[in-house]
Amino acid sequence: MSTKAQRQVWGETLSELSELDERILVLDGDLATSTRADIIAESHPEKFIQVGIAEQNIVGMAFGLSTLGYRPWLSSFGVFFTNRALDQVRMLVSQTKAPVRIAAAYSGLLNGSSGKTHQDIEDFAIMRAMPNMTVIAPADATEARAAIKWVADYDGPVYIRFARDAVQDVFDEDYVFAPHKPVVLRHGTDLTVVSTGVQTSRVAQALDSLEQEGITAKHIHVPMLKPLDDQELLQELRSAPLIVTVEEHSVLGGLGGLVCELTAGSEEPARVTRLGLADHWSESAPNEFLLDKYGLSPAKVAEHIKATLKSRK
Amino acid sequence: MNTKTEVLTDLEMSSIIQEARWRVIDTVAASKAGHIGGPMSAMDVLVSLYFKHMRIDPNNPRNPERDRFILSKGHCAIGLYTVLALRGYFPVEELATFDHGNSRLQGHPDMLLTPGVDASTGSLGQGLSSGAGMALGAKKLGKDFHTWVMLGDGELGEGMVWETVLSAPRFGLDNLTAIVDVNGLQQYGWPAGPRDRFDRSEPVGHVDLEAVFTGFGWNTISINGHDLKEISDALTFAQSFRGVSGKPTAIISNTTKGFGVSFTSGTYKWHNGIATEEQLRTAREELGQKMESVK
Ligand SMILES: Cc1ncc(C[n+]2csc(CCOP(=O)(O)OP(=O)(O)O)c2C)c(N)n1
Ligand SMILES: [Mg+2]
Repeated sequence: MSTKAQRQVWGETLSELSELDERILVLDGDLATSTRADIIAESHPEKFIQVGIAEQNIVGMAFGLSTLGYRPWLSSFGVFFTNRALDQVRMLVSQTKAPVRIAAAYSGLLNGSSGKTHQDIEDFAIMRAMPNMTVIAPADATEARAAIKWVADYDGPVYIRFARDAVQDVFDEDYVFAPHKPVVLRHGTDLTVVSTGVQTSRVAQALDSLEQEGITAKHIHVPMLKPLDDQELLQELRSAPLIVTVEEHSVLGGLGGLVCELTAGSEEPARVTRLGLADHWSESAPNEFLLDKYGLSPAKVAEHIKATLKSRK
Repeated sequence: MNTKTEVLTDLEMSSIIQEARWRVIDTVAASKAGHIGGPMSAMDVLVSLYFKHMRIDPNNPRNPERDRFILSKGHCAIGLYTVLALRGYFPVEELATFDHGNSRLQGHPDMLLTPGVDASTGSLGQGLSSGAGMALGAKKLGKDFHTWVMLGDGELGEGMVWETVLSAPRFGLDNLTAIVDVNGLQQYGWPAGPRDRFDRSEPVGHVDLEAVFTGFGWNTISINGHDLKEISDALTFAQSFRGVSGKPTAIISNTTKGFGVSFTSGTYKWHNGIATEEQLRTAREELGQKMESVK
């Protein structure tokens, strides 16, 4: 059942798509062996441009190439685009609507023990605040592949997260990616859980275990944080007794922020608790340790949900 | 302050360097994460700095008069940690916690956690600016310490490096030394051409670094970064210019990525990597180490 890492799916899908799509180029910041842009470097060397360890230069060059009809994909750790090259992304990509695709590799917390300098836990907040930016966080390998194909035909700036390590599948082969739409993964009555990115896979496991204990939750996955069909998400959240958001991101300004912004402005504001990184930096450690310590493992998510439900009674 | 009471012979230095290289490869294997090639290439210079040239105080790592060292190529953290441990900043046994949860030894150097780490790094290209700030601060406060910054050759791709290369001479920072570890490889880079030394292209093979730094107004010296005498002469040279030359100094340290162990030497494939049991045995033998693996 499980599955490929999203980064590998990215390398393979891009390599495949570039057979037919002459607009595709990949600009790498010397991390192709990590992001798996090396797959396309080997299969289509003419499509692969090693810019060097120079993320700001990458964004500038990508913008320039885009003015000539190219649709460049950028390869580095996400953090170096959302932070190091942010001004370039802002002026040259977001403000010009350039069809530059920021492939944010090693997104979130789990990046092979590199620690806080490389963990991008504020990217949703930053990229959501950028007008014109499309922000995507696929749940698994299947959705990653579908989203990449959608992006290839989209004419505008995109920020898309890819996780380093494989997660348990959420979707099966015939899943159809519907841009802007929240995806209801299961129904339940005790609460509504909203998640995004590969954290959705871990939430699904948490909800499986809660069902064993008689707790049923509605589970909504948000693969595209922006632009998002707000009305549809609000509709899905209506009359939820309790909303819990879960993301591999800071609790500030990401999916939790998004849901609070939406519900606060609605007719019936709901109680929302947000799971994610509290307002602090993380550290270097193996995945299991980090998920456990920072409350994002299936077991910790389930624990949090139980405790929250209990505290309400 | 300083430091060693006795002066180490080159033989003693070499033996520390070999042990440090062994601990790098062994620790990374045990932690299942970390970089090999960059720490190995830089080790002769790192040990020369910490065991011979830098004015430091391992018992009081925050001594305000100490020399500062910034590992701008922060992914080589385990190299720095190993040297700090061997120099007495913290117990050598603590190396085993590298990259584990709740450890003082993070994947990239963290000045808030590790005794002896003067500046946090990890995002490449930022160390030389940090060093320029420290060197400028020293001048303003009339302090006579030296600031050393080590960069990678791939790291020179970062624009911020060149902002400092341009501006440091304006501030007359003769108390600042940049050491570029030109080990001939970055993580992935470009396919090798006929003039490249290793299995990928040299990040700055097309650049006359000496001319570049000199052109920007730096004192510049090129050395073999695996030759203790050349290293020592260069570091002494840089120190002798403090307060005298009005210019920062760049040391172009020509090295081999992964130096010291046959299978890691001169290949981009060991930028990072986890050695197998058998590779560990080979490495231990080649580095002349008797101690057991920490695993
Ligand atoms: C801003 C930034 N971009 C990318 C990286 C990822 N990265 C870590 S090491 C490395 C290669 C470094 O090569 P070099 O500077 O030559 O170091 P060395 O050969 O000594 O390992 C890269 C691209 C990073 N840490 N920071
Ligand atoms: Mg190098």
